[in-house]
Amino acid sequence: VKVAQTEIPHLATDKGEEMATQTAQATAQTGGAVGHLLIEDRIWLLRAMLLMRGIEERAMTLYRQGKVPGSFYDGFGQEAVSAGAAFAMAPEDRLCILHRDLAAHIVRGVTPARIFAQYMGRETGVTAGREGNVHFGDYRLGCVGMVSMLPDMMLVATGMAMAFKLRGERRCALTWFGDGSTSRGDFHEAMNWAGVQRLPVIFVLENNQYAYSTPVDKQFAVDPVERAAGYGFVGVTVDGNDAEAMFEATYEARQRALAGEGPTMIEAVTMRMHGHAAHDDMKYVPKELVEEWRKRDPIEQQEARLREAGVDVDALRAEIAAEINAAAQEALQAPMPDPATAVQGIFCEGEAELLGDGQAPWSGFSGEVD
Amino acid sequence: MAPITYLQAISAALRDELRADERVLMMGEDIGEFGGAFKVTDGFVAEFGADRVMDTPLAESGIIGTAIGAAVVGMRPVCEMQFSDFISCGFDQLVNVAGKMHYRQGLAVPITVRLPSGGGFSGGPFHSQNPEGWFMHAPGIKIVAPSTAEDAKGLLHTAIRDPNPVCYMEHKHLYRRIKGEVPEGVFETPLTARVARAGSDLVVIAYGAMVHTALEATEDLDGASIEVLDLRSLVPLDEDAILDSVARCSKVVIVDEANATCAAGAQVAAIIAERAFEDLDGPVVRVATPDVPIPFSPPLEQAVLPSVERVKEACRELLEY
Repeated sequence: VKVAQTEIPHLATDKGEEMATQTAQATAQTGGAVGHLLIEDRIWLLRAMLLMRGIEERAMTLYRQGKVPGSFYDGFGQEAVSAGAAFAMAPEDRLCILHRDLAAHIVRGVTPARIFAQYMGRETGVTAGREGNVHFGDYRLGCVGMVSMLPDMMLVATGMAMAFKLRGERRCALTWFGDGSTSRGDFHEAMNWAGVQRLPVIFVLENNQYAYSTPVDKQFAVDPVERAAGYGFVGVTVDGNDAEAMFEATYEARQRALAGEGPTMIEAVTMRMHGHAAHDDMKYVPKELVEEWRKRDPIEQQEARLREAGVDVDALRAEIAAEINAAAQEALQAPMPDPATAVQGIFCEGEAELLGDGQAPWSGFSGEVD
Repeated sequence: MAPITYLQAISAALRDELRADERVLMMGEDIGEFGGAFKVTDGFVAEFGADRVMDTPLAESGIIGTAIGAAVVGMRPVCEMQFSDFISCGFDQLVNVAGKMHYRQGLAVPITVRLPSGGGFSGGPFHSQNPEGWFMHAPGIKIVAPSTAEDAKGLLHTAIRDPNPVCYMEHKHLYRRIKGEVPEGVFETPLTARVARAGSDLVVIAYGAMVHTALEATEDLDGASIEVLDLRSLVPLDEDAILDSVARCSKVVIVDEANATCAAGAQVAAIIAERAFEDLDGPVVRVATPDVPIPFSPPLEQAVLPSVERVKEACRELLEY
């Protein structure tokens, strides 16, 4: 069992620099492919992260304009965690996605217009106005939306994996959860259950240093990744600001799961760069910490790599900006839900529809890379 | 057809479903080789294997949460809470994840949660509760509560085949006390009330074990014609049947074994007050357990649970009104 030796948050800085160097060397040798990623995969990762950031920035503006009700939660600076992990998951795999993981929805195929409509409580949003923020999952794309009680979805993902194993299917479930939720009982119940039954499930701990205002040193005495060994499975720590490293760690975890070797816990070390939600000025976070992490922006890192590989990043940015603008306009034109529907759909009246398969853009799933 | 017990009827329904549908999966503490705390799944492992009659870790949230995950990818889990009281440890998964899933995102969660409930045998505060009211207040969860062996089987088939989360309240005190003839094979009992005995002077509305208390109390009550309405399903609640009985009988006694405040019977009383006021010929009378934890010692427990005598007394008073 591998357990991280390094400390938070210095680990991420050291490892990140090392990885950047390795990546640069690899690029020179392979014409843009690194690890299990072809150049188009690496562009896809950047694209998912740029979409996530662009959509969330625009949504924050819409929030300030009063067009997004409630509050607004974003994952600025954490884009690599969801983009990289989701990218390693096959169409038939199943995901339970957390609130700072918008890129996972993008990878699975939720369109930006539906995301904006979701934020604005429109009829065309993923939940047709039933739910807000990133509390959604398009079940047709194999995703289940989170609830606010964290980390409840660890158990749901464990149950999916249990069904896969019982039926002898080569599939895997993955869920994200935060540092704060490692304190709750469902964390233990899911880790224990998955370990006892040796299930094909991947637990991605998104360690962004703060649970609302509570820093990790008030949350746990031991880095939670070390607990994985106690439950009988592998725990690895990854630079959560490196989308390609996130992909590789998830790829390996998935391989283990499919080989019947049980769960993996991946600790993605990152930083919550914005407040808990739009209202939160984050005064409780030392400025130096934010500055340190700002230098390690996941999008800038990925852009630098791709520029080096000869990719026209500016053109990609322009294309995505136009896409986001069009999507926001489309969502703004969408109707609000009919109030008469507020009491409908509490129960399923017909046959239970199952989760469908999601989009899985990684070239490996079309047989190009293994 | 020989009569079988309420408990045997539950076991028979589970066997039939395991045989009929490979998606059906039993999950619970000590339900495998040991056969369950009440022996409901005794012998199941031999027929269906340990995978389908799964001994789980001692983790109620884990049982409900993993059942939800398995259900949304195509299984039909039937979870056993060893005692209904322990559902408090799985409350969040049931109420927030399962109950709200279809409304929030259109995803059905076909799970059945079996809840051995009720008191009457010195189980004390943590082995005697009737927690159905907690879940009536939570949208998205169906709740059934059989009182007969036939309904124990038929309602369990209905619950397992329903595409929604269903709490199946099985009353422990009825397990071996109640027997009845039960049709062979699969039959689905509708989620409607049942007239346990027809009458015209007064109706006693009850469910679960209290149906038997009501029947006994009113079998021969000074020659009065007393109806007993067995609700069978609490969510959905058969409002038409309730209103129909009230319209025909004019006087109503509602019996709950659960703590009185916000119990199922309180909801029944509210429906009658709202929709049948003109049909009443007296106040709606309730008999329920006062708002206390269920005490251990027999005289204390008997002092709080609704008894045949208390129901008789309530009916007599109302008949004289």
